[in-house]
Amino acid sequence: MTAVPTVLDERFRSAAAASGELEVAYDVLDDTPVGRLLVGVSERGLCRIGFDPEPEAELERLARHFGPRVLRSPKALDGVRRELDEYFTGRRHAFDLELDLHATPEFHRRVLAELNRVEYGHTTTYGTLAAQVGAPRAARAVGTVMNRNPLPIVLPCHRVVGANGSLTGYGGGLDRKEWLLRLEGALL
Amino acid sequence: MSGIPPFELFYESHKGEVLAFLRRRAGRDRADDLFQETFLRALRAYGRLEHGEHLRAWVFTIATNAVVDAARRERPTTQLSVEPTGEDERPPVEELAPLTDDLPPKERAAVVLRYGYDLDYDIIGAALGSNEQAARQAASAGVRRLRKEKEQR
Repeated sequence: MTAVPTVLDERFRSAAAASGELEVAYDVLDDTPVGRLLVGVSERGLCRIGFDPEPEAELERLARHFGPRVLRSPKALDGVRRELDEYFTGRRHAFDLELDLHATPEFHRRVLAELNRVEYGHTTTYGTLAAQVGAPRAARAVGTVMNRNPLPIVLPCHRVVGANGSLTGYGGGLDRKEWLLRLEGALL
Repeated sequence: MSGIPPFELFYESHKGEVLAFLRRRAGRDRADDLFQETFLRALRAYGRLEHGEHLRAWVFTIATNAVVDAARRERPTTQLSVEPTGEDERPPVEELAPLTDDLPPKERAAVVLRYGYDLDYDIIGAALGSNEQAARQAASAGVRRLRKEKEQR
């Protein structure tokens, strides 16, 4: 089998992203402080952050939600990589990224929009978020929305805790939630 | 849309053999540009695919088209001017393809790649995910079927 030289491979991947023909360009960030992350952008904006990605499953998922033209293209993720890097090193408290939530159901989008107002270093509760979207009894549903958050870290579901202040749960595992809250100074 | 793999998997499965094919057909120097051209064309068409079958034969067809187009671009204009009509500019495949529409996919691919693109059976075998022998059989089965259809018309 002929090996495709890296230069040629990278050149195609960049050209593919630049052609505007990709539904999703993604990359896998191997060594962030919270482990491996898959990040994806569509034409509209950031559309996926996944912890511990199993590539095949993630690609199938992206193809299902956005279309089959999904390709790894590191260059297309330069902006996202830089902002995440700044965030992880404490130099950035808010993200300036366009977000693509069009594959996310309406109710989820409303909750995530509300979540997006919770500031760096602060926390809120599932019940509070539920009340803010006009569904005060839907704390559990809000938990589900957090669990399925397509853009963890950027949409800060780690800032949502139980009414008694316990960390409760996190899609990426409680260790990560704790790490992120410590980074932000919300946990001592 | 079911059955169409994410483009990444398609690209990863075929990039090595497509590059090898392009190097054989067009030479090492030209192969790099044709490689990019082939997969950009495939990417543009990928969203319109209706199923994920025969993707290998499909990408080899695109690669062959890219080689043919590049050769035509490079042909000196003097040579072009002696040709009587634009008709003759069409590669054989464009005339052949519509005639083979009703063949089973594998036979159709074999016939088009053999008689439209003049590819060797070992390459066609690779394109179809089988071997030289099977490619030869598929092409001749396709031709037999076409003859029969013609007689019945």
